[in-house]
Amino acid sequence: MTDMNPGFFGRIGIAFGVFFGVLGNAAFAGRVQRLREAPEAPDFTAEAPKPAAAPVQPAPSALKESSPVAALQLLGLLQRDARFIDFVEEDIANYSDGDIGAAARLVHDGCRTVLREHFTIKPVRTEAEGSRVTLQEGFDAAAVRLTGNVVGKPPFNGQISHRGWKVEDTRLPKLAPSHDASIVAPAEVEL
Amino acid sequence: MSDIDRNENKARYSIGIDLGTTHCALSYVDMSASDGEKTAQGVLSIPQLTAPGAAEERDLLPSFLYLPHENELAPGDLTLPWTQERKFIVGELARSRGAGTPIRLVSSAKSWLCHPGVDRRAAILPSDAPEEVERVSPLESSVRYLTHLREAWNHAHPEAPFDQQDVTVTIPASFDPAARELTAEAASAAGYSRMTLLEEPQAALYSWIQKSTGGWRKQVKVGDVILVVDVGGGTTDLSLIAVVEREGNLELHRVAVGEHILLGGDNMDLALAHTVARKLASQGTQPDPWQLRALTYACRAAKETLLSDPTAEAVPLVVPSRGSKLIGGSLRTELTRAELTQILLEGFFPQVDASTRPVSRARVGLTQLGLPYAQDAAVTRHLAAFLGRQVNALAEIEGLQHETPQGATLLHPTVVLFNGGVFKSPLLVERVMSTLNSWLAAENAPAARLLEGADLDLAVARGAAYYGYVRHGRGVRIRGGTARAYYVAVESAMPAVPGLEPPVQALCVAPFGMEEGTDAELPAQEFGLVVGEPVHFRFFGSSVRRQDQVGTLLEYWQPDELQELEEIEASLPPEGRTPGEVVPVKLHARVTEAGTLELEAIPRGSSERWKVEFDVRGGVSADQGMGL
Repeated sequence: MTDMNPGFFGRIGIAFGVFFGVLGNAAFAGRVQRLREAPEAPDFTAEAPKPAAAPVQPAPSALKESSPVAALQLLGLLQRDARFIDFVEEDIANYSDGDIGAAARLVHDGCRTVLREHFTIKPVRTEAEGSRVTLQEGFDAAAVRLTGNVVGKPPFNGQISHRGWKVEDTRLPKLAPSHDASIVAPAEVEL
Repeated sequence: MSDIDRNENKARYSIGIDLGTTHCALSYVDMSASDGEKTAQGVLSIPQLTAPGAAEERDLLPSFLYLPHENELAPGDLTLPWTQERKFIVGELARSRGAGTPIRLVSSAKSWLCHPGVDRRAAILPSDAPEEVERVSPLESSVRYLTHLREAWNHAHPEAPFDQQDVTVTIPASFDPAARELTAEAASAAGYSRMTLLEEPQAALYSWIQKSTGGWRKQVKVGDVILVVDVGGGTTDLSLIAVVEREGNLELHRVAVGEHILLGGDNMDLALAHTVARKLASQGTQPDPWQLRALTYACRAAKETLLSDPTAEAVPLVVPSRGSKLIGGSLRTELTRAELTQILLEGFFPQVDASTRPVSRARVGLTQLGLPYAQDAAVTRHLAAFLGRQVNALAEIEGLQHETPQGATLLHPTVVLFNGGVFKSPLLVERVMSTLNSWLAAENAPAARLLEGADLDLAVARGAAYYGYVRHGRGVRIRGGTARAYYVAVESAMPAVPGLEPPVQALCVAPFGMEEGTDAELPAQEFGLVVGEPVHFRFFGSSVRRQDQVGTLLEYWQPDELQELEEIEASLPPEGRTPGEVVPVKLHARVTEAGTLELEAIPRGSSERWKVEFDVRGGVSADQGMGL
C-alpha cells in the first residue's frame, strides 16, 4: 500500500499553490479556511480506501466490459467537430476569461452539433423543474433518483430538482472493419 | 423507353432526386400506399462516408467529389455499406477532406455542366489540379452522384430495385437544351432507365401543393400568378406559374422562366467571409486559406443567427487554429448586423426600382474558379429584369382571365413562393416582398401575397417525387411545356459586303410551350448537309417570343429577345451516299418524354432520321468571351 499523502517535495508545491491561490482567489481562500476549521479529515495513512460497492443490485455475477470502440468514436467526433480534446488538454491557466470564452463558444457549438446529430436526447420528466410530482409504486428507479428524506413507501411526493436526460436514439457512424478507432484525431501534415 | 413499357412494368415508388449544385437529396412516394391527395412520402437517409472508415446516414448528400491520392487513406477507409471497391469519395467526407486539399476536390459540377465555355465531356475537373491527379468531366461527376443515390436506394430497398421505379431528376428551369440533354445523359450513364426531368421551381410548387393536402385550392384562385423565387446554393432560378381554369377545374400553367443566374447562398457566405477577412487584415491578422475556409463556415452560422434573431446586434466569430492549441491560436472577430445588412441586404437584395437592370462590372471576392458567375450579385435586379422582360407573358394564356394593365412595365405576380435555405430568414423574405410590392404599388397593382408553409430544404426532392406520382393522373399537374422557342441561324441570300458579316436570319424550328412527348411540325425550309462532314448551325432560344411557329423566319429581333445557345452539329454518315455530296434535309424538333429537346435531320424523300447533336465542347462561347 503506497502512502496516499504527498512527500516533502510534493508538499512544497502544494504550499506554494495554496499560498498564491489564497492570495488571488477569495473563494479558494474560503474553502481553505473551512478545511482548517473542519474536524480532522479522514487519515489516509492508516487504511486503504475500500472499493465502492458496485451499484448493481441483484446478484452481480459479472460486470460486463463496455466496448471501447463506441467511446473512442464519440471522442473522435467531439474532437473533430468541437476540438474537445484540444480544449481539455490545453493549459488554460494563462489565458484570460475572454480568450477561454471565445474558444468555449466553438467547443459548445461543436459539442451541440455532435449531440444533436448522433443522439436523440429528451428529458426524463417532461414537467417543469420545481413542480411537484407523485411517484407511484414500481417507478423506474434507474430513471428517477430519489434524494433527501427517502423514507416510507411509495407513492412518494416530491419536487423535481433536475428533469434528467435520456437518450432515445443513438446514431453512431458505421465503421469499416479495418478502421482504427483509437486514432481519434489523425496528425495533419501539410505538403 | 416508350409509354407502353412504362405501363406494363408498374413502378411501386416514384423517386424524386434533387441534383443540386451543393447538395443532393432523394425523396420517394409509395404509390401503392397513396390515394389522391393523401400521399405516403419519405426522404431517403443517404449512407455516405463522414470520416475515413466511418459511414453515416444523412438526408442530404453534399455534391462534392474527392479524388484521393493512393497513399492518402488506409485500406478499407472507403468502405461503404454496399461496396469496398470505390476509389473516390462523394458526400460529406469529400467536402471536409477537400477543404484541406482543394486540388483534389470537384465542387459545383452542376454549374460546370451548363458552362458553355468548356467541353462538358472532357476531364477538366478539378480545374486547378496538378498533372498527376486524374481529372473527371463535369458529366462524369454528375454520374457519380447519381450512381451513389441509386446504390443507396438499392441498399435500403432491395425489394424495389431502383431501375424499376419512376425517377424524376430536377434541373434549373433556366437550363438550356444542351444542359438538359447532358443531365439526361448522366442519368442514363448512372443506370437510370426510367427518368424524367423536372424544373426545380415547379418541383418546389408541387411540394407546396402536396403539403397543403388539397388546401392549395383555397390559397390560390383563378387569375393568380405565382412567382417562384428559388435561391439555391449555387443558382438563382425564377419562374412564373399562372392559375387558370379549364373545364371547371383549377389548372397550373408555367408561363415563363428566368435566365440562368449563377448566384446562390454560397456566394453570400463567401462575400461575408471576405468582408470579415478584410476587417481582420486591417487589424494586422492575415487569415491563411485554411482559416478563410473556416471563416466562411463561421460566417454561414453567424448569418443564420443574425437573420433569424432580429434582436442580435453582432455574433462573435471564432476561427480555431489548425494546431492542437485551440485557445492560443484562435482568431477572434465578430460579424455585426451593420455588416450583414450592408453585404447581404444591400449587396444581394437591394431595394431597387422596377426599372433597374443587372449591371455588368468587374467584381472582387465573389468568384472562386473559372465559372461564369453572375456579374451582378443583386437578386432583386435580376428579378426586376425578369418581370420586365415577361411583361406580356400572360396575354395568350387561355382561361386566366387576365388583361395586362395599360402602361405596365413589368408583369404583376399576385403570390410568391420562396424556395432555398436562404429564405429561412424572415428578413430576406420580407426584403424581397417589400421590394416587389413597391414595384406593384407604383403601378397601382395589389400587393403580392406570400405562400406560407414551404419546406425550404427538401422541397425540390419532395416535389419531384410527388410529380412522378401525379403524372399518373392522381393530382394537379403544372402544364406549360418548353419555356423557350428555338431557332437555327440561316444566312440570308445577300451579296457579301467586305468587312461585314452576312446578316443572319433565325428560323423557328421549335415553338414555345412544346409539351413532353410531342413533335414539332416539319418546317418548309431545307438545309444542305454535306455527306460525311459535320455541319454546324448557330442555335438560338427565346423566352419571350411566344407566337412564332415552326417555319417563322426572323430577319430582325431585339438584342434581348433571342439568346445565342451552343451550336448544333449535324452529320450525315456516308453509307449509301457519295462523300462530299450535298443532301437537302429538314430539321425536325421533338420533346422527349424525359423532357429533353431532340433535333433530327430528315433527308428529302427519305424516312431516315439523323440525330442533330448539341455541341457541348465549349468552343464557340469561349470565343465570345463567356468562358474562363
